[in-house]
Amino acid sequence: MPSPARNAPDGCLLQVSHLSKAFPGVVALDDVSLRVGRGTVHALIGENGAGKSTLMKIIAGIYTPDAGELRLRGAAVHLSSPRQALQNGIAMIHQELNLMPFMSVAENIWIGREPVNACGLISHRELRRRTRALLERLAIDIDPQAEVRTLSIARRQMIEIARALSHESELLIMDEPTSALTERDAEHLFAIIRELQAQGKSVLYITHKMDELFEIADEVSVLRDGRYIGTASPLDLTRDELIRMMVGRELSQGFPSAPARPGAVVLSARDLTLAPQFYDIGFDLRAGEILGIAGLIGAGRSQLAEALFGLTRASSGRVWIQGCEVKLDSPQAARSHGMAFVTEDRKDTGCFLRLSVLENLQIAVLEGDFVRCGFVRGRAVTQACAAMSRSLGVKTPDLHERIENLSGGNQQKVLLGRWLLTRPKILILDEPTRGVDVGAKAEIHQLIARLVAEGAAVLMISSEMPEILGMSHRIMVMHEGRVTGILEREQADQVKIMELAAR
Amino acid sequence: MPQALAQRTVDARAPRRARGLPPEASILMVLIGLALTFELLGWILVRQSFLLNEQRLVVMILQVSVIGIIAVGVTQVIITGGIDLSSGSVVAVTAMVAASLAQSSDAVRAVYPSLTDLPVLAPVMAGLAVGAAAGLANGALVAYTSIPPFIATLGVMVSARGIARWYTHGQPVSMLTDAYADIGAGAVPVMIFLGTALIFHIALRYTRYGKFTYAIGANPQAARISGINVARHLIVVYTIAGTLSGLAGIVTSARAVSGQAGMGMMYELDAIAAAVIGGASLSGGIGRITGTVIGTLILGVVTSGFTFLRIDAYYQEIVKGAIIVAAVIADQYRHRAGGRRA
Repeated sequence: MPSPARNAPDGCLLQVSHLSKAFPGVVALDDVSLRVGRGTVHALIGENGAGKSTLMKIIAGIYTPDAGELRLRGAAVHLSSPRQALQNGIAMIHQELNLMPFMSVAENIWIGREPVNACGLISHRELRRRTRALLERLAIDIDPQAEVRTLSIARRQMIEIARALSHESELLIMDEPTSALTERDAEHLFAIIRELQAQGKSVLYITHKMDELFEIADEVSVLRDGRYIGTASPLDLTRDELIRMMVGRELSQGFPSAPARPGAVVLSARDLTLAPQFYDIGFDLRAGEILGIAGLIGAGRSQLAEALFGLTRASSGRVWIQGCEVKLDSPQAARSHGMAFVTEDRKDTGCFLRLSVLENLQIAVLEGDFVRCGFVRGRAVTQACAAMSRSLGVKTPDLHERIENLSGGNQQKVLLGRWLLTRPKILILDEPTRGVDVGAKAEIHQLIARLVAEGAAVLMISSEMPEILGMSHRIMVMHEGRVTGILEREQADQVKIMELAAR
Repeated sequence: MPQALAQRTVDARAPRRARGLPPEASILMVLIGLALTFELLGWILVRQSFLLNEQRLVVMILQVSVIGIIAVGVTQVIITGGIDLSSGSVVAVTAMVAASLAQSSDAVRAVYPSLTDLPVLAPVMAGLAVGAAAGLANGALVAYTSIPPFIATLGVMVSARGIARWYTHGQPVSMLTDAYADIGAGAVPVMIFLGTALIFHIALRYTRYGKFTYAIGANPQAARISGINVARHLIVVYTIAGTLSGLAGIVTSARAVSGQAGMGMMYELDAIAAAVIGGASLSGGIGRITGTVIGTLILGVVTSGFTFLRIDAYYQEIVKGAIIVAAVIADQYRHRAGGRRA
């Protein structure tokens, strides 16, 4: 077990020097150096593909570098597996959580290291006791015997952190830990991080969110295109300076303002209910309008979107599209009424990861002119997809590249393109820029604004306050399955939304 | 995002990039390598050529044609992320039903004494219908219940074998018409195999049916949200697979000029093996008919190669097992190499 006594004199826990790593055809990291001090929170930022994940994975022993060295507490280490990294006090908490859903919290934390009794069998009492002690240390209130699948994402993440600490880790690597958390859960996470810091642990923190790093980071390092750009204290930098370091260009912080020229009501809902997910939802959506839906995670926003798109059926309530009452009981029905739905989870419900960009783009539009007697008119479809891909600025070597090799932002553009090919009148966008880098985010915002200017109606769910406030013409706030208010853009601000969302 | 990708955007005029060898190339090399190995061993051990013997080549393809017909259907099921264990039993049921309607009037123990000497179309249509019905049962179970395809088709597999035995209480059905026997004569089964392979190769690559099949296998949730009627499509795919098993049953009984309840034993596993050797991924979304055809031929080469060298059938099975496992291991390496990114 690493002991604090072996600490290097200058308080430096981890020193990374001249790391390089190439994958076939790509240089992911190019001569990167970095120092992480003991008891500090060190944020790592950069656009998607800047090399953050590669650097993290090298430090966590998942990848081995092609060149360069890692020094831990002053001594050079060679980490060839995550297990070795753990033994050296480095634990990584991945963006996708790695817990076993059907096992208890305690079993998940101590898997492979269960305490045994005199007979050599697992001692469940001791297991619970240790878990309780560990969770108390972090001020996490979770029953050690709860099955993990019954817990929220936020709580699962806390269990991951607890598991990392159970190894007596000195350095915790967190890869975008707040991407699936609500603001309140994120606050709790920050409290835990501060607690860890007080206990002398170091945290290496990847994020896309600027606000976070001003809140918790002691130092921030920027990577761009696999190169190290610089390290600074967030106190010495403005947000714009940081963004400039990340993208290497000026980037306006503002949102594209879609002119508010609302036309006729295209979608209206009254008394939509699907217990226990949402109750008595009513709203009108006009052409040329973005209706933002704000709320905490668990407010029923995504469930409402799924019901509107016919993936689930509301148990009661009525929906009208362009004045005609409709039954939206399947995605096919929703699509035939000109609706499109980009879900919040790109990997689980959006992309066909094993298929090409082309196949991902074309799948929703294989009808009408693009199909003759069941045969896909390959050339026409390919041309339409190529044109769409170009107009969205999808960065890919060609349309036959597997979509899993694209960055998150480009995947998201492909998913938007899939639906834009169907020329939708109503777009439901659930977290349209989650896990997308700053540059692609701005492009997606511009695209949404352009669509709305051309007369589309957009229902946009977002957990990011700036996005909701910056993009929406009106904001519908939900809390525990009910609409608690609809705010006009002019009267809306962060405080009012939070009051309605968290009351 | 890798830098190399970041620099370029899509060019519509040159959509197809030079992507090196097609995915079947590696498995084709295995086929050629195996054939040459037997050729070499042939000269050393029995002083004969393995390949330069037209009759042997025909027999070689002939004996795997039935497996190949089934494998064409199973490949499509595997692409959707499913599996079909019922094929072998469906072969038996269709063989029994089709043979019972194909008996000639001089049959002593006709199943339907009043229905002898029917035109050949009758047993064929009946056989295909039985296969389609079994496939429909598979598809409906998979699409409308939450039981995994493995269990659903396992149930149909056991029941279908039972139906095949119950149908004539275990008695074989013989004395079939000449027109029916012609279906299995000479190289006709080979033609049927290659014909179905061609049809479904085209269907998978160039039709909406094919695009939807791959999409469902790659991500059923995303497919549903994209507006694909996933349940209905799965039923179609399983029904096609069942119908092809029925076709295989017709060919089997025509070749043997009889229907027996024990026919098609373990065929489902050979067919799955052919698809997997040919590159189909059991996790769905990946697989091609061309690969499956090559996989089928590999099974044929191994079988006739061992017979040719007069080596015991025991060794043949041992080697076949090793080839199946090796193919999947090689496949996983290929995917891992292609999938890893920064």
